[in-house]
Amino acid sequence: MLTALLALGVLAALIGLVLGYAAIRFHVDSDPVVEQIDKLLPQTQCGQCTYAGCRPYAEAIAAGEADINQCPPGGEATINALADLLGRDPKPLNPEHGEHSEKTVVIIDEQVCIGCTLCIQACPVDAIVGAAKQMHTVIRDECTGCDLCIPPCPVECIHIVPLQPRIGNWVWPQPGEQDDRQVVHG
Amino acid sequence: MAESARSFTRPAAQPFRQLHRFHGGLKLPGHREITAATPIRQAPMPAQLVLPLQQHIGEPAECLVQPGDTVYRGQPIARQVGDISAGLHAPTSGTVLAIEDRPVAHPSGLQAACIIIETDGEDRGGKTATRVDYHDLPLDELCDRIRAAGIVGLGGAGFPTQVKLGCNARPVKLLIINAVECEPYIACDNRLVQERAAEVIEGVRILQYIVQPTECIIAIEDGMSAAESALRAELARGNDTGISLTRVPEIYPSGGERQLIKVLTGEEVPSQGFPADIGMICQNVGTTAAVYNAVIKQQPLVSRIVTVTGEGVAQPQNIEALIGTPVSQLIAAAGGYNAHVDRLLIGGPMMGYAVANDDIPVTKTMNCILAVTRDEMPAPPPAEPCIRCSKCTDACPADLLPQQLYWYTRSSNLDAAQDYNLFDCIECGCCAYVCPSHIPLVQYYRHAKAEIWTREQQTRASDFARQRHEARLERLERIKQERAARMAKKKQALAGEDDSGASKKAAIQAALDRVKRKKEQSHATTKNTENLTAEQQQLIDAADKRRRESSTQSADD
Ligand code: SF4
Ligand code: SF4
Ligand code: SF4
Repeated sequence: MLTALLALGVLAALIGLVLGYAAIRFHVDSDPVVEQIDKLLPQTQCGQCTYAGCRPYAEAIAAGEADINQCPPGGEATINALADLLGRDPKPLNPEHGEHSEKTVVIIDEQVCIGCTLCIQACPVDAIVGAAKQMHTVIRDECTGCDLCIPPCPVECIHIVPLQPRIGNWVWPQPGEQDDRQVVHG
Repeated sequence: MAESARSFTRPAAQPFRQLHRFHGGLKLPGHREITAATPIRQAPMPAQLVLPLQQHIGEPAECLVQPGDTVYRGQPIARQVGDISAGLHAPTSGTVLAIEDRPVAHPSGLQAACIIIETDGEDRGGKTATRVDYHDLPLDELCDRIRAAGIVGLGGAGFPTQVKLGCNARPVKLLIINAVECEPYIACDNRLVQERAAEVIEGVRILQYIVQPTECIIAIEDGMSAAESALRAELARGNDTGISLTRVPEIYPSGGERQLIKVLTGEEVPSQGFPADIGMICQNVGTTAAVYNAVIKQQPLVSRIVTVTGEGVAQPQNIEALIGTPVSQLIAAAGGYNAHVDRLLIGGPMMGYAVANDDIPVTKTMNCILAVTRDEMPAPPPAEPCIRCSKCTDACPADLLPQQLYWYTRSSNLDAAQDYNLFDCIECGCCAYVCPSHIPLVQYYRHAKAEIWTREQQTRASDFARQRHEARLERLERIKQERAARMAKKKQALAGEDDSGASKKAAIQAALDRVKRKKEQSHATTKNTENLTAEQQQLIDAADKRRRESSTQSADD
């Protein structure tokens, strides 16, 4: 009984120390500019900008190491917003980093999945659920469409699917770009 | 009468009201005579009902039935999710065929999740409720009956009624019952009042009892004299002095909540606020009748009156249809299309939207089906540049600057459009109607609003992704630290022993033993190699052989 209590106590103290240390070690003095830039980035965390994620890219922009046109998922809208924030001129997306396309998500073909967990380790936003030797699946609402999980999959069972247009995310077209809807009757 | 539970003295109605005028607005040809004089007709029972899970503002309802279930009339088939939402009920008895995406009444023409019921023609109901005196019911129960009946604003917006009533959250000085038709052509509220004044008035009394306003007004329009006399007769019969009846001039859009409040009281609802913010509640008459049905007859909202009109249909009229009835059947009930029909609109001529197909169901908020001919509503000529005539500004009943909104929206300067109160635009269409350059102004505003909502949604999604990403990084780091701490501890423990090496050896031996034991155990637990057929055993042997050969081969070279 006493040993159990002691063991628990020691464990608690240890974990407390680790957490305390982590809190100090990983405390970031938030730089307001980085913060603001990061807010404008789409948080896809895909790394197409050549940085390890959106925040590192934001830091690089703030430090003057990276240009503002390296984020394909954000596309023109993000570039314009960054230009606006930083008082620079907007420029076209640098094609070296990829092309802007509509947001997609991925699905896992659950019949083919072998449960290797490699995709889980690749997903930057924990959007995949599964466990070793169990079927995996993607939480659609949380998938950012970064496609980072696709290369590690040994059986190629992860597929990109476009986001279906739904009434909830439909946008009235600007006049001029609408279809001429006529009544079909009879 | 157990009025003691909630004593409420009805205030005396004011005999005369000084009316006000809202900014802008239009005098439009009413086109209501076409349908206002003919009685409401019941639509025939359709073979199939299609009930979209979202027929209201707020969260879509959650389906409670499965394909194959039999349902009776009034049975809840989907329940509300969260506070701002409304449930659904089976409009008649039958069998649930499917829960799937079907085309619905929406400007996008997209499909949405629907419950499909095959009707059995028997119209079996559940238990019959005993009629009650609503004064005997506690307030909670009253509100609950309204909530459980799935009532939403039937005037068109579809805001869940129980939320709007706030069920006594705030003191209410004025309860307005809106019988002013929202748009030209529409006469469903007019007919309802003419034919069911008793239900409407009883519904008003229930609402009055729930919100306990200082004053209660039913607002009707000039030119609704038949409806007015029906209401007056009913009020006189009940000797009701607590409810007053006020006629407002026929200016479009007096049926708009904010405009009606302005006309009746001279007060303005604050920008982006609600009438409740200034102590007022506005309810449509159709909603009032639905409240009566819910509280007194305990019947949920399963049908509504729809004005089927326009020169494109043979016999324009008001039709009462079960929610979920296909629009095509209402058109058929109104004599079918005329030869010259050009477009089909859901809603009125000012705020309605065109749909490509009539294979869509009637919903709780569908007040009008308008089939127009080209002569009646010519396609607008191509838009020309804005000449800054400011006619739109003069016409805007929301007192906005439509011209500015247009410029900002066109140049995608949505922040500026929002600063110019884009979200106060009620999309009434007055500006576009008067614009000499025929600019489809409202569509610009609809686009801008949707665009802003989408952006907000995206911001929320990316904030969430950031949080998840940060949480993940933190977790990985923590695991790393913990592992490092464990390793360090082990090292220390080993180093702490005397360096004779004996204890180290013992520890290594113990570890090896553990591994060995585990191996044996795991071996023992692999069960899938027992009970093999001869064929399987052969395959395994062959594979083993190959492996041995290849390993000797690789050892050779
Ligand atoms: S599931 Fe795949 S595509 Fe989606 S966020 Fe995770 S790694 Fe990216
Ligand atoms: S009415 Fe039309 S042309 Fe005149 S100011 Fe408004 S948008 Fe411009
Ligand atoms: S549609 Fe909007 S901007 Fe145009 S008149 Fe109506 S409220 Fe004003």
